[in-house]
Amino acid sequence: MSVLALSGLTIGLPAGAERPEAASRVSLTVERGEIVCLVGESGSGKSVIAQSVMGLLPASLPIRAGTISLMDENISRVPEARLRQLRTTRMSMIFQEPMTALNPVMTCGDQIEEVLRFHSEMRLPERKRKILDIVREVALPDPQRMIASYPHQLSGGQRQRIMIAMALVLDPALLIADEPTTALDVTTQSQILTLILELQKRHGTGVLFITHDFGVVAEIAHRVAVLRLGELVELGPRDEVLKRPRHEYTRMLIGSVPTLTPKMRPHARPALQDAPLVLETRELCKTYAERRWLGPRREVRAAQDVTLEVRRGQTLGIVGESGSGKSTVARCIVRLVEPSGGQIRLGGVDIARMPARTLRPLRRRVQIVFQDPYRSLNPRRTVGEAIIEGPLNYGVPRREALERARRLMELVRMDAQALARYPHQFSGGQRQRICIARALAMEPELLVADEAVSALDVSVQAQVLQLLEEIRTRLDLAMLFITHDLRVAAQVCDHVAVMQRGRIVEYGAAEEVFLRPRHEYTRALFDAAPGRGFAFAST
Amino acid sequence: MLTFILRRIAATVPVLLIVAVLVFLVLRLAPGDPAAILAGDAASTEQIARIRTGLGLDRPILAQFGIWIGNVLQGDLGESFYYKTKVATLIGQRLEPTLALSTLTILIAVAVAVPLGVLAAWRFGGWFDRALMGLSVLGFSVPVFVLAYILIYVVSLRLGLLPVQGYQRIGDGFWTFLRHLVLPSVTLSVIYIALIARVTRASVLEALGEDYIRTARAKGLPEIRVLVHHALANAAVPIVTVIGIGIALLIGGVVVTESVYAIPGLGRLTVDAVLARDFPTIQGVILFFSFAYVLINFLIDLSYVFLDPRIRY
Repeated sequence: MSVLALSGLTIGLPAGAERPEAASRVSLTVERGEIVCLVGESGSGKSVIAQSVMGLLPASLPIRAGTISLMDENISRVPEARLRQLRTTRMSMIFQEPMTALNPVMTCGDQIEEVLRFHSEMRLPERKRKILDIVREVALPDPQRMIASYPHQLSGGQRQRIMIAMALVLDPALLIADEPTTALDVTTQSQILTLILELQKRHGTGVLFITHDFGVVAEIAHRVAVLRLGELVELGPRDEVLKRPRHEYTRMLIGSVPTLTPKMRPHARPALQDAPLVLETRELCKTYAERRWLGPRREVRAAQDVTLEVRRGQTLGIVGESGSGKSTVARCIVRLVEPSGGQIRLGGVDIARMPARTLRPLRRRVQIVFQDPYRSLNPRRTVGEAIIEGPLNYGVPRREALERARRLMELVRMDAQALARYPHQFSGGQRQRICIARALAMEPELLVADEAVSALDVSVQAQVLQLLEEIRTRLDLAMLFITHDLRVAAQVCDHVAVMQRGRIVEYGAAEEVFLRPRHEYTRALFDAAPGRGFAFAST
Repeated sequence: MLTFILRRIAATVPVLLIVAVLVFLVLRLAPGDPAAILAGDAASTEQIARIRTGLGLDRPILAQFGIWIGNVLQGDLGESFYYKTKVATLIGQRLEPTLALSTLTILIAVAVAVPLGVLAAWRFGGWFDRALMGLSVLGFSVPVFVLAYILIYVVSLRLGLLPVQGYQRIGDGFWTFLRHLVLPSVTLSVIYIALIARVTRASVLEALGEDYIRTARAKGLPEIRVLVHHALANAAVPIVTVIGIGIALLIGGVVVTESVYAIPGLGRLTVDAVLARDFPTIQGVILFFSFAYVLINFLIDLSYVFLDPRIRY
């Protein structure tokens, strides 16, 4: 008996969607004690499949054909009441965003207690004991305090542990994990993966693990199912799929995964060290102070003594986990936030405390591309207007600015017709190209990319990275590349600065840092990178 | 938390002071002479002048203000020109009807509006939602006095279920008290039902789109639990804010209702005082209203702490 068996599962999409079905004739099984990874890019239908099993699909996504069997019970057409009974008792689900997946106005303990109250006959003292047990089992420190805490008082990793506790408290046969570690830092991610593996082994839970990250797949999967536009294109044991992929789509996906080994630059830029200095920070500091009427001032040192330099034609990567201060540094450099101390020298001029009016002409020289291409473009403005707005502000005549925009569209490999359209008409990758074009329209000397490829699918990410690389070489730009993803950093950076708790702990040439990390934190980061020792199929 | 409370209390002082100055000035600038009104139509100029001196209205405005504010600071709101009693006593006498009317109104409004709003959000876009939103526009648009007379006609005159108008003190028996209050409260509550239902719907709708709702459903909780404990609990802050604003507006809104239903509350007192140019009473009542506003706002802010553990002062 399989824990879960999907057979010919077909899920419809509303009329007018880009394809008729969210999932088409998907068949796969999850056995007891097995972890099946469902891999695919955004829009492949992997989350839809997960939600269809839980019975959580909205009415606009109906199951058109096929069956879902949970422990031999067909649940694709059972009444809602039966599904409710099965949730958390036989099947549970954990989600991507531990920050938003928990109810913010309810204590963590109460949220676990709810599961027991509605799905078991346990009395209060027994429930309390059970909660304490499960919170201990997910290895949360100070369980009593965790139970009494509200979600916002916990870290992302702790919240995800609470989610896992909630999902597994009644020992279900099936756990569906929908990108449960995607929003977490690498070190936290590796801890959560270890935890899931441990619990799953101990309880013999079958796990359907949804992810887009092949590193994670390599780390935990027994079997892998690859989904593309709603169709299952490959299904097999992990090593088969990752090392000898049969389908070309799988090969493409695996080929897009950046490796942790820094790329040896084929056309090494000569005399890189002598290239003119574009940006230099000296002991840059940013302290956020919370002012209080009475009582002590609370200070958060977001960045401390950050000293770094970027030369023309060079890419400096700032790597670190969330809260390490890497984005703060980026924002100080573009003067979106006011630095509290130190110098930011742009072409030799210190702009750290330059008043807005004097700074204005210099702003053009530093441009930034943000993480979320969905939110960083004004939805009510055409792409063309978004791109030329900057140049217009700096006195470039409209005709000329438009001409420049057209050239830039070519540079970022998009059609010039896109200029007349609105951001929502483009995919994430295309929008990020637009954002890059917008930044380049100012003809900057320094391009700051703040997690600019983190929200993109691997295949798109690879394309955008290549584009950035090309642009940098072609325009001889200096680039500051902020990322939490070591693999990405390994691909694009000449130099790398590793940040931890607001300080640079290691700084050097990319090869040095990646191949011979000296600081223990850097080493810990590398160790946590999922799938590091795994030999993926090479293309 | 304690500093927050202290700071808020300190902040009420300038607000009330500004209100006091404005009310005082505006009243002196407005046309109409209280002495002339008190003296009646047949009075001679000397009689009016004598009354004016008696009331202290012949002194310079600044001096008048000084005396009044000095008394207010000592807790004395002055004596009514018209009723010849202490303003504080007047307010005290009229407080019960207004308080009773406002309380019942807001209770009805909340009890009706919140479930309606939650239901509309739950069935977003369905017939119930559309009907409720349509009715709420109607609820906003119908003037209070029109609705009042319709209700009196149907409920009291045609069906004879409730008294037409008047007020019974709570001390005269709870049931007669309540019977007299129901119609005016229902009348007044309509607009607040419309307002609160809309806000409830909007904010529950927003909460329903959040990830934790999906989590709650994935936990296999009954839908009512999801709606109340997860959606409504998270939507509470805007709802409570609007209820608070509602309470504050209500105090002003009772003026018309009290007139139509002949309820001797603060609203009626205000109207009578204005007609008689009874300066001390107007000043006292408005100062009292402002104090109530400030207090309610303070209580709302304070309630956030209990509604959302992320809010800390």
